[in-house]
Amino acid sequence: MNSFIDYTINGLVVGNIYALLAVGLALIFGVANLINFAHGSVYTIGAYVGCAAITFLRTPLPLTILVVAVPCGALGALIERVALRPLQGRARIAPLLATIGLSFVLDQLVQLVASPNPRALPADLPDWRLNVGGGSIGPMDLLIAGVGLASAGLLYGFLRFTKLGYAVRATAQDRDAARQMGVNVDAVNSAVFAIASALGGVSGLLVGMYYNHIDPTMSFQATLKGVVAVVIGGVGNVPGAIVGSLLLGLTESYGVALFGTTYRNLFAFALLILFLVLLPNGLFGGRKAVEAEPLTGTFIAPSRALRAPAWLIAAAALAAFALPFGWPSPYLLQTLTNAWLAGLLALSLTLVAGTAGQMSFGHAGLLAIGGYASALLATDWGVSPLVSVPVAGALTSVIGTALVFPAFRLRGHYIAIATLAIGEIVGLVILNWESLTHGAMGVSGIPPLSAFGFEATSARAVYWLTLAALVAFALLQARLSSSHIGRTLRALRDDEVAARAHGVEVARYKALAFGFAGFGAGISGAISAHLYTYLNNQTFDSQLSLLAVTMATLGGMGNILGAILGALALVGLPEAFRFAAEYRILIYGLVLLALVRFRPQGLLGTA
Amino acid sequence: MAPLLQVRGLSRRFGGLTAVNAFDMKVAEGEFVSLIGPNGAGKTTTFNLISGLDRADAGEAWFDGRRVDQLSAERIAALGVARTFQHGRVFGNLSVLDNVLVGAHTRFNAVRPWGGPVAELALALWRPRSVREDYAAREQEAKAILARFGDRLTPRLDHPAHTLSYANRRRIEIARALALKPRLLLLDEPTAGMNPTETAEMETLIGELKREGLSIVLIEHKLDMVMRLSDRVYVLDDGRRIAAGRPAQVRNDPAVIEAYLGPRAASPRAEAAE
Repeated sequence: MNSFIDYTINGLVVGNIYALLAVGLALIFGVANLINFAHGSVYTIGAYVGCAAITFLRTPLPLTILVVAVPCGALGALIERVALRPLQGRARIAPLLATIGLSFVLDQLVQLVASPNPRALPADLPDWRLNVGGGSIGPMDLLIAGVGLASAGLLYGFLRFTKLGYAVRATAQDRDAARQMGVNVDAVNSAVFAIASALGGVSGLLVGMYYNHIDPTMSFQATLKGVVAVVIGGVGNVPGAIVGSLLLGLTESYGVALFGTTYRNLFAFALLILFLVLLPNGLFGGRKAVEAEPLTGTFIAPSRALRAPAWLIAAAALAAFALPFGWPSPYLLQTLTNAWLAGLLALSLTLVAGTAGQMSFGHAGLLAIGGYASALLATDWGVSPLVSVPVAGALTSVIGTALVFPAFRLRGHYIAIATLAIGEIVGLVILNWESLTHGAMGVSGIPPLSAFGFEATSARAVYWLTLAALVAFALLQARLSSSHIGRTLRALRDDEVAARAHGVEVARYKALAFGFAGFGAGISGAISAHLYTYLNNQTFDSQLSLLAVTMATLGGMGNILGAILGALALVGLPEAFRFAAEYRILIYGLVLLALVRFRPQGLLGTA
Repeated sequence: MAPLLQVRGLSRRFGGLTAVNAFDMKVAEGEFVSLIGPNGAGKTTTFNLISGLDRADAGEAWFDGRRVDQLSAERIAALGVARTFQHGRVFGNLSVLDNVLVGAHTRFNAVRPWGGPVAELALALWRPRSVREDYAAREQEAKAILARFGDRLTPRLDHPAHTLSYANRRRIEIARALALKPRLLLLDEPTAGMNPTETAEMETLIGELKREGLSIVLIEHKLDMVMRLSDRVYVLDDGRRIAAGRPAQVRNDPAVIEAYLGPRAASPRAEAAE
C-alpha cells in the first residue's frame, strides 16, 4: 500500500511537469490552430540553460527559474515571428511542417553546443522527506507542485482578468472576428508563444532536476507527452490540458508499477489512441474541436505537378543501373543503396499523405514491422530471404492497415498525431514483446539477401537489387495513381464529404492506400534488415518517420518522381559530402523550413 | 404506385435547436419538387438527412421502396440519389473531367469487381480489356454530360477545378451529380451567386433534365424559377412544413407570405378587422 501512495505522488508530480508543457501546447493550439512540434525543443533548451546557470553561475533556484523562463519566452516569440507568422494563410500543413523543421534545427544546435552526451543537473535542495500516509514527499516534489500550481494560477489570472488575456481568449474562439474587433492578433500570437515557451522551458528545468539527467534527445518524447495530454483534455482547452496531464502522469506511474519502466510510453500512447478513437474531442472539448478541422484538401498546398518527359526518366533510370560499371566506388554505391531504400519509404508516404491526404507521422513503424518480420522469419524460422522479404511486405501491408484502421475517421492534424502514436507503439511493442522480438537485445545475425544459393553481399549486387525494387514499385505506384483508384484517392483527399455523397466508400479506399503503401515500406524495411544484419527497436525510430515526411514534402506531396528525388537529396547528398554528415539533421530542418516558406508545393509540385 | 422518395416525420435537433421538425414529403417518379423557405428553415439539413450525410433523430426516409434513413451516404448514392452542395464542394485539385468521373464512381462496374479491395487493386494495376472499356465508356459519358453546359466547361476539361470561376464550379457539381446517372437528383441552390444570364442558362438546363423524366428536388430562393419549374412545392419555416401544393396554391398561401415577408404583409384583412 505504501508503494501505491508513492506511485500516486510520482504520477501527480510527473503529471504536473507534463502540465507545464501541455498548457503551452494547448494555448498555442487555441490561438494558432497548430500543434507546435518545436515545443519539446524549447523545453530541452530550458533544461540546458538551467544546467549552465546552475553549474557555471551557481544561481539560486528562484533566479535559475527566471534565467530559464526569460530566454525561453523570447525564443518562443522569435519562433512565432520568424518561422510561423510568414506562413499565415498557407495550407494548414505548412506551419506544422515548419515546427518540425524548427525542432530538427534546435535539437541539433543543442547537440552541437552541449555535446550529445547526457549530463547531470544537480538540484541543490535540502535533503529531508515528509512521510505522508506511508509514502513520502521530498522538497523536489513540493517544488514541482508549487511551480505547477503557481503557473496555473498566474495563467488563470492572466487569461481571466487582463486585457491581453481577453484578447487571447477572443482570438482562440474566432481569429477573424477578433481581428475585426481591433484585437492585434499578431501580438496575441507572440504573447502566447512567449508564455507557452517560458512554461515549457521551466518544465524542462524541473524534469532535469527531478531525474538529475538531461540529454538532447529528450525533446521529441516531451513533445509527444504534451500532445497526448492535450488530446486527452480536449485540444486547445487549457484546464483540460492540466487534467489530461495529471491523468497521463498517473496512468504512466501505475502502469510502470504494474509492468515495469519499459511500458511507460506504451501506456501513454495507448491512452492517446484510445482517446482519438473513442473521444476525439477529449474530456472537455466541445464538438467544435473536430468540426473546426478543415477538409483534408486544404491541408496540402495545391499546385500543378511538373511533368518530366518519359525518355528523360527512362534515361535517368538506365544511368542509375549503369552507374556501378562507370563508378564502382563501394562507398558511393552503399550511399545510393540507402537512398533507394529511403526512396521506397518516401514513395509509400507520398501515396498516403499526398495522394490520399492522410498525413502519416509514423511511417517508420511500417519499416520496423517489415524489417522484424523478415529478420525473424530468416533467423528464428530459417526461411529463405527470397520468401521472407515478400512475406514481410505482405504482413506489413496487413498489420499496418489494421493498426491505422481505427484512425480512418480522423482528419488533418488528428490523423497525423494518431499515426505518430501508432509508430511509437510499434517500437514499444517490439521492445516489450521479448518472446517474439528478443526485446531490447534486438535481432542479430540476420542472413544476407540470397536466392538459389547466390548471396547478394557485394555492394554492386545490393545496389542493383534495391534500385530494381524501387523502380518496380515506382512503376506500380504510377500505374495505381493513373487508375480510377488514384482518382478516387485524390477526390477523398480534397473533400471526403463530397466523395461519400458520390458513393466513394472512404474507409475502403484509405485501406487500399495504406495497404499498398505498407507493402512498399515493408519491403524497404525487410531489405534494410538483411543489409544491416542487426535490428533493434530503435533502428526505425520516429525521427525516420519525420525524415520521410521531409522527403515527400521536398519532392512534392503525391509526386512519385518527387519522392525519389527527395530521398536522393536528403539521404544521398549529405552522405556523399562527408563533411555534412554530422550536420545532417540540421540540414533536414533547414530544408524543411525553407521549403514551407518558399516552395510549399515541393520541387516537382503536388500531384 | 409507391412514391420514389417518401419522408415521414423526419426530425433533426442540434442541441436546443430543432432544425427539421417532423417533416413529411413525397416525390413521385419523374416529379419535380421544390423546397423553399427562409434561410435556416432546415432545407439543407433535410438534404443532408436524405442523402445520408447526417442522421435523423426521428422519422423515416424511404427510397424506391427501401428504407434509407439508416444507410450510409455511399450506399444511398449507390442506390441512385445524387446531390449538389449549397456552397459548392468540388474536388479543387482534380481536373474538371476527373471531378465528373468521380461522380460516376458507382458506375465503374468492371473496375470494382466483387472480391474486394485486393481484386480491385489488381485490376487497376493490370487493366484488362474490360476495365479499359469501362474507363473509355465512363469518360465518353462524362464528356457528353459536360457538353450539356455549352462551351462553359468543355474547353477546360483538364483544368484543376479550383482555377475555375464560381459559376463554373457550380456547373461542375451538377455535371458530377449527373454522372452518377441518378434516379433522384437533389439540387441545393444551383444558381446561388450566378448573374441573371447564368441563372437563365441553368434554368434551361434544369428544365431539360425535368423533361427527360429525371426526378428532382430543388432548393432555391429564386421563386420565379421555382414556380416555373415545379410540379409541387414544399414550404419550410423553422424546420416545420408550413405549406405544400402546386406552385399557384403555395404562392397565395398566407402562411407562406408571412414566413417570407413578415406578419403584416400576410394578413391585411386581419389588420383591417382590428
